[in-house]
Amino acid sequence: MAGLHVYDDRHTDDMAVRVRGVTKEFGSGGSLTKALRGVDLDVPYGEMLMLVGPSGCGKTTLVSIVAGTLEPTDGDVHVLGHDLVSMSNGRKVRFRRDNVGFIFQAFNLLPALTAVENAAVPLLIAGWRRAHAVEAAADVLERLGLGDRLASLPSELSGGQQQRVAIARALVHEPRLLVCDEPTSALDAANGRITMELIQQVAVQPDRAVIVVTHDSRVYSFADRIASMEDGRIESVESGPHEPTAV
Amino acid sequence: MNDSGQGLQFATCRELSRSVIRAVDFVGMFWIAWKMLIGNRAKYLGIVFGVVFAALLIAQQASIFCGLMSLTISQIYDTAGPDIWVMDENVQFVDDIKPLSDTELFRVKGVPGVDWAVRFYKGIARARLEEGTYEQMILLGLDDATLVGAPQQVFLGSIADLRRPDAVIIDDAGYKRIWPGEPYRLGRSFEMNDRRAVIVGITKASRTFQSFPIIYTRYSQAVLFAPPERKVLSFVLADAQPGLDPEEVCRRITERTGLQAVTQEQFTWKTIWYYLKKTGIPVNFGITVFLGFLVGTAIAGQTFYLFTVENIRQFGALKAMGTSNWMILLMVLSQAIQVGVVGYGVGVGLAALFGFWSRAATRLSFFMPWQVLAITGVAVFVIVLLASLLSVRKVLVVDPAIVFRGG
Ligand SMILES: Nc1ncnc2c1ncn2[C@@H]1O[C@H](COP(=O)(O)OP(=O)(O)OP(=O)(O)O)[C@@H](O)[C@H]1O
Ligand SMILES: [Mg+2]
Repeated sequence: MAGLHVYDDRHTDDMAVRVRGVTKEFGSGGSLTKALRGVDLDVPYGEMLMLVGPSGCGKTTLVSIVAGTLEPTDGDVHVLGHDLVSMSNGRKVRFRRDNVGFIFQAFNLLPALTAVENAAVPLLIAGWRRAHAVEAAADVLERLGLGDRLASLPSELSGGQQQRVAIARALVHEPRLLVCDEPTSALDAANGRITMELIQQVAVQPDRAVIVVTHDSRVYSFADRIASMEDGRIESVESGPHEPTAV
Repeated sequence: MNDSGQGLQFATCRELSRSVIRAVDFVGMFWIAWKMLIGNRAKYLGIVFGVVFAALLIAQQASIFCGLMSLTISQIYDTAGPDIWVMDENVQFVDDIKPLSDTELFRVKGVPGVDWAVRFYKGIARARLEEGTYEQMILLGLDDATLVGAPQQVFLGSIADLRRPDAVIIDDAGYKRIWPGEPYRLGRSFEMNDRRAVIVGITKASRTFQSFPIIYTRYSQAVLFAPPERKVLSFVLADAQPGLDPEEVCRRITERTGLQAVTQEQFTWKTIWYYLKKTGIPVNFGITVFLGFLVGTAIAGQTFYLFTVENIRQFGALKAMGTSNWMILLMVLSQAIQVGVVGYGVGVGLAALFGFWSRAATRLSFFMPWQVLAITGVAVFVIVLLASLLSVRKVLVVDPAIVFRGG
């Protein structure tokens, strides 16, 4: 899909995400918060990067900027070869629609839609016919082991099942960048593990990249790299996979 | 306007038209909007209730108003035949009787362009029934020779019998009012001004504002039934010669006689305007209709706003996943229109049901012409538009990054 859009500023390097000198400030004057204080980050294609660090260090802010839902105050952001900083708002909306999959901590499923309808939402946004979209979404849900709960409402599903619907929704349109903010924090250990396995199996592909924000040391083992943040900066990037620390 | 301003405008137009064209492919998004809307049954009913309430109140009050107005002019239309009504220059509406002297008939007849002219008596008489009780009646006296203005829907007896001594025709509603529960019977009599009146026919007639029984009789008879007065001629009914414009003939009559002459249509509007201007009726109804509009807007606006605010994260998620602001706007509008259509349908339907019921069970007048439906529709459209505009701003400015924040 991204191939349909030819942008002048397209890069041909092998980094899915390239962030340089990004800062982000919220508010002004006395209430000024420096959420990011100059972040450099590379995420190669075919990898899962985990972003870890204490609460308030700027993880969510950073992935929001990478996903194109938040403007940086300063710095360069290239994602899948597109320069997000110079991109118009309208294009950014379409960029997200075509290229980014989201998994949120709070699932953010539409409560009025069934599991399969929720999973079909990105295709509907892309203008697919409903029948086709639902069919494709059902395929993905079946692969995720929810084939028997297609017609259930989110309120009728367990937390782990809801998160799997959210994963299906994030992957149904085959985005090249998957952004997950605390995907396992609302889940128990077993469900958290299953969720990460699914994300790793389905989303980690040679021409794609995955960024996972997490507090959850139990899932570090799934990372190809782990970037540690502290007070608006990236302190270190280590190669994984790590052994899970003892619980 | 400078170049960049123009460019901006064109860009926005292009963006808009592209979105509208794309919207055709985006039935799926409208479907999501619809599911979101009806997903929370209680909230949905709350929003619809506001619109139903407004539509019901507006349609019902406007229909009663139209009903009342049609009552005021019903006697003009029931008096079939003449194009032209001639009366004292100070008469303001059909029940405003200012008697003329009998000689005015001949002056009107003498005006060039007048084809024919006849006398017409209209007044209130007091009838003494066989039972000894009294009853107010509307007394109409028709020209003895031609019976111009005779009732059109006599279903018992005949108009020709009006020529018999003491003969009157009464309207069916009046008959039932005087003798409730009794079968129609010709030959029944009562007294007016100590003179016997004998019923020779029963007719249907449109209801009147005063809702008294209506008595038709010959002019010469009516004069005897009426309370004695120096002058008794209420109206001269006339017709223009074929090919002449009745309004032009009216002008000539006024010029020659100094009397007020109007066409039937002008007389109905004159009467309606009188009620509009000189009575509190339109103000009262106007206030009720306006209150219905305000309360409906408040309820619908508030519930719609709450609904939108409650769903703000859902809209935020849709935006994060690549839904444009235009699409969001169209989705919210489609929700508003859906609420509007349902609320309008139910509200107007209830108003119509109320109309049927009130016609059957009460003396309340109810008349729902298409104009009432149109006005209600416009009001409902404005209400849902206001309601959605109130809340759509909230959705448009929501930062898609909201979805990353916990909660
Ligand atoms: N919209 C905003 N307005 C003002 N300040 C904000 C906003 N979003 C984030 N911040 C501030 O920016 C800083 C970084 O926030 P961020 O949400 O990125 O942290 P985080 O690392 O994701 O924390 P957590 O692990 O608790 O989710 C915090 O001090 C936060 O209060
Ligand atoms: Mg966070």
